[in-house]
Amino acid sequence: MLSDVSVSPAHASAAVRDRRIGAYASRAHRARYLLILIGLIVAALALVVLVLSWDNHQVPFSDRWWRVSRMRSESLTVIALVTLCHSFATVSFQTATNNRIITPSIMGFESLYILIQTAAVFFFGISGLVGIDGFAQFLIQTACMVSFAVLLYSWLFSGRLGNLHIMLLVGIIIGTGLGALSTFMQRMLDPNEFDVLRARMFGNVGNADTDFLWFVAPVCLVSAAAIWMLARRLDTVALGSEISTNLGLNHKRQVMIILTLVTILMAMSTSLVGPMTFLGFLVATLAYSVTDTYSHRRILPVAWLLGFVILGGAYFLLRHVLPMVDTVTIIVELVGGVVFLIVVLRKGRL
Amino acid sequence: MSSALRTRITHVDALSRPGTARRPPHRSWLRRRLPLMTAIVLTAALLTLSVFTGVADITDTTGRGHEFTWITRVPRTVALVLAGASMAMAGLIMQLMTQNRFVEPTTVGTTEWAGLGLLLTYILLPMPSITVRMVVAIVFAFAGTLIFFLFLRRVTLRSSLIVPIIGIMFGAVISAVSTFIALEFDLLQTLGAWFAGRFTGIEAGRYEPLWIVGVVAVIVVIVADRFTVAGLGKDVATNAGLNYERVVLLGVGLVSIVTGVVTVVIGSLPFLGLIVPNLVSMIRGDNLRTNIPWVFLTGIWIVTVCDLIGRVLIMPFEVPVSLVLGAVGSVVFILLLLRTRRSVAL
Amino acid sequence: MIRLSNVIKRYGGDVEIGPVSIELPSGGIIALVGPNGAGKSTVLTMMGRLLAPDAGTVEVGGLDVHRAPSKQVARTVSILRQENHFVTRLTVRQLVGFGRYPYSGGRLTEHDEDKISEAIDFLNLTDLEQRFLDQLSGGQRQRAYVAMVLAQDTEYVLLDEPLNNLDAQHSVQMMQQLRRAADQLGRTIVIVLHDINFAAAYSDRIVAMENGRIAVHGTPDEIIRDEVLSAVFHTPVTVVDGPGGKFAVYHR
Repeated sequence: MLSDVSVSPAHASAAVRDRRIGAYASRAHRARYLLILIGLIVAALALVVLVLSWDNHQVPFSDRWWRVSRMRSESLTVIALVTLCHSFATVSFQTATNNRIITPSIMGFESLYILIQTAAVFFFGISGLVGIDGFAQFLIQTACMVSFAVLLYSWLFSGRLGNLHIMLLVGIIIGTGLGALSTFMQRMLDPNEFDVLRARMFGNVGNADTDFLWFVAPVCLVSAAAIWMLARRLDTVALGSEISTNLGLNHKRQVMIILTLVTILMAMSTSLVGPMTFLGFLVATLAYSVTDTYSHRRILPVAWLLGFVILGGAYFLLRHVLPMVDTVTIIVELVGGVVFLIVVLRKGRL
Repeated sequence: MSSALRTRITHVDALSRPGTARRPPHRSWLRRRLPLMTAIVLTAALLTLSVFTGVADITDTTGRGHEFTWITRVPRTVALVLAGASMAMAGLIMQLMTQNRFVEPTTVGTTEWAGLGLLLTYILLPMPSITVRMVVAIVFAFAGTLIFFLFLRRVTLRSSLIVPIIGIMFGAVISAVSTFIALEFDLLQTLGAWFAGRFTGIEAGRYEPLWIVGVVAVIVVIVADRFTVAGLGKDVATNAGLNYERVVLLGVGLVSIVTGVVTVVIGSLPFLGLIVPNLVSMIRGDNLRTNIPWVFLTGIWIVTVCDLIGRVLIMPFEVPVSLVLGAVGSVVFILLLLRTRRSVAL
Repeated sequence: MIRLSNVIKRYGGDVEIGPVSIELPSGGIIALVGPNGAGKSTVLTMMGRLLAPDAGTVEVGGLDVHRAPSKQVARTVSILRQENHFVTRLTVRQLVGFGRYPYSGGRLTEHDEDKISEAIDFLNLTDLEQRFLDQLSGGQRQRAYVAMVLAQDTEYVLLDEPLNNLDAQHSVQMMQQLRRAADQLGRTIVIVLHDINFAAAYSDRIVAMENGRIAVHGTPDEIIRDEVLSAVFHTPVTVVDGPGGKFAVYHR
């Protein structure tokens, strides 16, 4: 055997067990993680109760109570789904691209979404937006976004000449180009039409498009579950293409799979509440520093819960305490953007 | 070769493209200058075309058509020249200073910062004069670009392709801040309007501030070499006798002035500072001194052609130049990236 | 054994590595040496299937490394290159634990933990195993990476310039530990080296490359000679008898 010291078997396994640490750097670390996880779960549950019963003078859990809280529970469901999408998508995306200063929103398919919405209003007026609200159109829109992204990945990343950074840049540029087209069309709208469009352009939790929740929710859950099952592979992908290839992974294929799942999650979230650029980044950054581990199985749930608490908390505050509910997502975006700036300025290496 | 090759792969730099160190055979002064002089003549022809393009007929001396010549056509054409040349030059300066091919005002957030400044002046001041607007835009652009440069210096980069990615994200954050503020004050639609670069509405009395960038252009021609040296890094620059910090501040200052003025008067001209210097280097190699006039001319050409397309496409209406430029610029940017792929491929 | 058959790699028209054909017996340390730009890293990278050749085949331990499933290859050949950057924070033990990935897919069994401990102890990292990688010195970090590759328990281990960031003491220690790995664990270690004298002192075979081709290969006795080395390195080399064996002098 390797070791020069001969040790009795019982001794050996005891010694080994003492050295095992798993995903945490130390026992204290593990305890801290569990504490945070439980704390977040409690906070999330408390938030749910708070949102449902604030200013709800009906008898709790009576018929009338549920009726009043129906809208709220719908909002909570939307928040849960949106934060699930953004947290899982951003963490996986950052792992796949080996870069923590980036978010999947930058890739341009959200610009595609805005373009489609803008074009609908531009060509068909306000009724145009209504016109594209059918399920078929929803599917087409989602399919557009996902296929655009997947085409981009396969063209620029998975081939022999594939380069991740170039793919990212091209996605960004296409996004910018589409954005310019949208802005141009928006300018030509009359203010009424623009107002209606505006609601679609920004993440809007209070006014989410829940018509297709029956479709969106399962897709989100399945995609998130897929990422959860890939979590251990993500841990290895995070080590870079050379080490993960050395360890037996087909790095390119794994990244493609991850990117596709990311795209699906982002498309679902965008269809619910519109584009949100920095929520995922905010949540992922906090999750990394809070969990301080490489293990995605630990990071992902914390990221989701953090997102739920933050977005849900903001929703609660801005709906019931300060009446600015339309700007919930904008404020979260703003905070996320500021966090991004801080992280970028403090980073040592990219 | 392994380490040299690795360098080639991980630093896709502007100024060290293999195989472009060409030195043309020694020819007479006239023959050497011939391409440039031809280009100048062609440019003059293009600009004349620009003066004559439009809805009104300016050769009409009986009616009022001819008045447009000096009210809108010539000012517009002059604005095209100044804006095109100066934004191209701003991109060149930034690329020299960062030794990165993809850096320019619209990919590192400079224009977004200028836009934020502009927005704030409209909100905070009752009727901001154009001078105030420009000054604030310049100050904001200066601060923002400096922050980005500081960030670049503190961070070790494994690939220079990361720089524009981060820069664009940076710009996106500032843009989000502007959007939020604009939403609060219900200025979102107008913000979009200001930001979209357009030469419509440029007329005598409104475009004069652009001459400032002309002055900047002259300054740049004089001090261009310093930016190249500064781009080689603080140590090399100091060793060469340059005050590094001062040169960086000067460069960022000049870029901010240009960006601030152009953003306020015209709006955002996306990708211009990126594609012009790259196109010129691709064709002519990397001799800065002789490239400067070509950068100016190419900048003028691209902006003028895009503007002409915008004027003609849906006559009598106009497509703003930022849209045409955005479309053309993104295609060229993507083509440049694809070319990079070949040299990076492993 | 390692067999390369007519392996060619082209870079942008003017640069070409190969054709390279060689059969290397397993067991012991094989040193890949040569001047800058000779193609040593490229050949090693192709051996470890991190890079696909433009022509030819690479067989290691009976497997065509570019055609066999990567997971299977991962249990036969492991490769470590120089610059490894990643964003996650790992402790030494966690990093070495990744070496077991081809066997357990991230779920470490007790057997895996044994292997990890063995690899860590073998490279004298026992005291450091709880530390984060960014808290270690360059030499210690390098050892942690090599421990990961050892824990991967492959018959063939490929190392690309592992001594690069190590000072004299740690370079010697690393070579001694690699020698032990070859002797006690029966591994075949192919290592790209810049310093010909380390190759002379520790390897069983030396492959000298020059201008993209194999110039000469053989035992240290055959290679460490004035005329051979001078031709390969394009500079006059004198081989003298040193205290521990033959020594190549070329500094003046």
